[in-house]
Amino acid sequence: MTGEQISTLFGLMLEYTVPTMKIFGYTLLYSIPLGMIVALLKMCRFKPVSWITNVYILIMRGTPLLLQLIVAQYSVPYIVKSDICPEFLRNLLGGVDIRSESYTFNMMLIAFVLNYAAYFAEIFRGGIESIPKGQYEAAGVLGFSKIQTFFRIILPQVVERVLPASSNEIITLVKDTSLASAIPYMEIMYIAKKQVPTYASLMPLFMAGLFYFVFAGVLTLLLSLIEKCFSHTWRRNVKNIAKGIFRRGNT
Amino acid sequence: MAILEVRNLSKSFDKLTVLKDISFNVEKGEVVAVIGPSGSGKSTMLRCVNQLEKASGGTIKVCGIDMIRYSEKGKMIYADSKTLREIRLKTGLVFQNFNLFPHMTVLRNITEAPAVVLKQNRHLAEEKAMELLAKMGLETKAQSYPSELSGGQQQRVSIARALALEPEMLFFDEPTSALDPELTGEILKVIKQLAADGMTMVIVTHEMSFARDVADKVIFMEGGYIVEENTPEEIFGTNASDRVKQFLQRFNS
Repeated sequence: MTGEQISTLFGLMLEYTVPTMKIFGYTLLYSIPLGMIVALLKMCRFKPVSWITNVYILIMRGTPLLLQLIVAQYSVPYIVKSDICPEFLRNLLGGVDIRSESYTFNMMLIAFVLNYAAYFAEIFRGGIESIPKGQYEAAGVLGFSKIQTFFRIILPQVVERVLPASSNEIITLVKDTSLASAIPYMEIMYIAKKQVPTYASLMPLFMAGLFYFVFAGVLTLLLSLIEKCFSHTWRRNVKNIAKGIFRRGNT
Repeated sequence: MAILEVRNLSKSFDKLTVLKDISFNVEKGEVVAVIGPSGSGKSTMLRCVNQLEKASGGTIKVCGIDMIRYSEKGKMIYADSKTLREIRLKTGLVFQNFNLFPHMTVLRNITEAPAVVLKQNRHLAEEKAMELLAKMGLETKAQSYPSELSGGQQQRVSIARALALEPEMLFFDEPTSALDPELTGEILKVIKQLAADGMTMVIVTHEMSFARDVADKVIFMEGGYIVEENTPEEIFGTNASDRVKQFLQRFNS
């Protein structure tokens, strides 16, 4: 490939990093809060709620994400056509234009979010359950309400504990966005595959790989920095160093 | 007037009855030591009085407020969450394994409840916390995290944390059982100081010599009952019942 070809290709590929990052960003934005809710539902003392949540998690973690993505794409027309579909749902879905671009994107996002929420839920549940009972008891006898206890005592400790596992999940998501190419949704993996015969070269795939590698690398650094910020002793030490510099600056 | 009144307290876990019929009073300024063999229900009794466990029967009155009472129809009525909170602010509990909040500095551990629950000015709360820390000999540790302290230091912080709410009485659930003998001394010294200051305390302990020196009253429990309740002179003297003597013998030998 000539230098000119490479730079044209690079420009093209760069354009398609945007949809990839869109999938990544939106999935995180929705799946983390949803994961928190699912975790709380699974710990619900009312058993049927906990069972239903469990079935959802089992399905999401037990079947391939690729399959879920494809099912999501095909689901609406089949639901509308089926005999058991309730009337209000048919009316609701009947107006959906399944050929529109927003439909493809939204259904794909639903699949990504539901899948990742299940994984996050399990991480969060583990984090919440790992907090010793004594922390709740100590907060209780000090007069903290249940809500104060959760937000001031429990949650900060949970965040610190779930960060490493969540980071892992977030980095996996970077690479899982490539599954969208099979729908097909035009993101970087899709375009890379398409350009291989055009240029008769592996260069497009190599560039896509480089993009994922750099994206994941930057995230790794960022996440390890966040993890450090949440380690309390580190935060205190940084504060002290900052204070020291400030004091020296004054004198 | 009794600051704590416990009447016919009982507690069962499923089919296992841990407390059978516990009644005692604690007067203002009194130091009560609760002793007895392991599994006799001492800690469960203390946890019921703090409503960390729900009692199965009986009444509890703390600082004149009903924590558990019976309705006219004989149904048990537990204090609602608002009343329970009020009671909990009047009492403090020090745990065997400290239960400090690991994500907060020592200072924050002490000031969080006054600032959040009592809505005190954080600055004032910090000043008071520093006074308490000085009293505990820990003024240099204000910015440390619990994980950076020894067990004895952590326990002293947890005592300071309980004192920050200015409770009318303090409960101790085996405060020295997680500590080695050397560190036990520092905690006992603090409790002795509190006793000298006139703090009302109920202490579940295995430190017999400490119970003898500090307590105004000793309660000996076994099998879910109070077997004997008396002054330390009587309990540790020659007039004690045979069961108490037999129990104490193991500590003397």
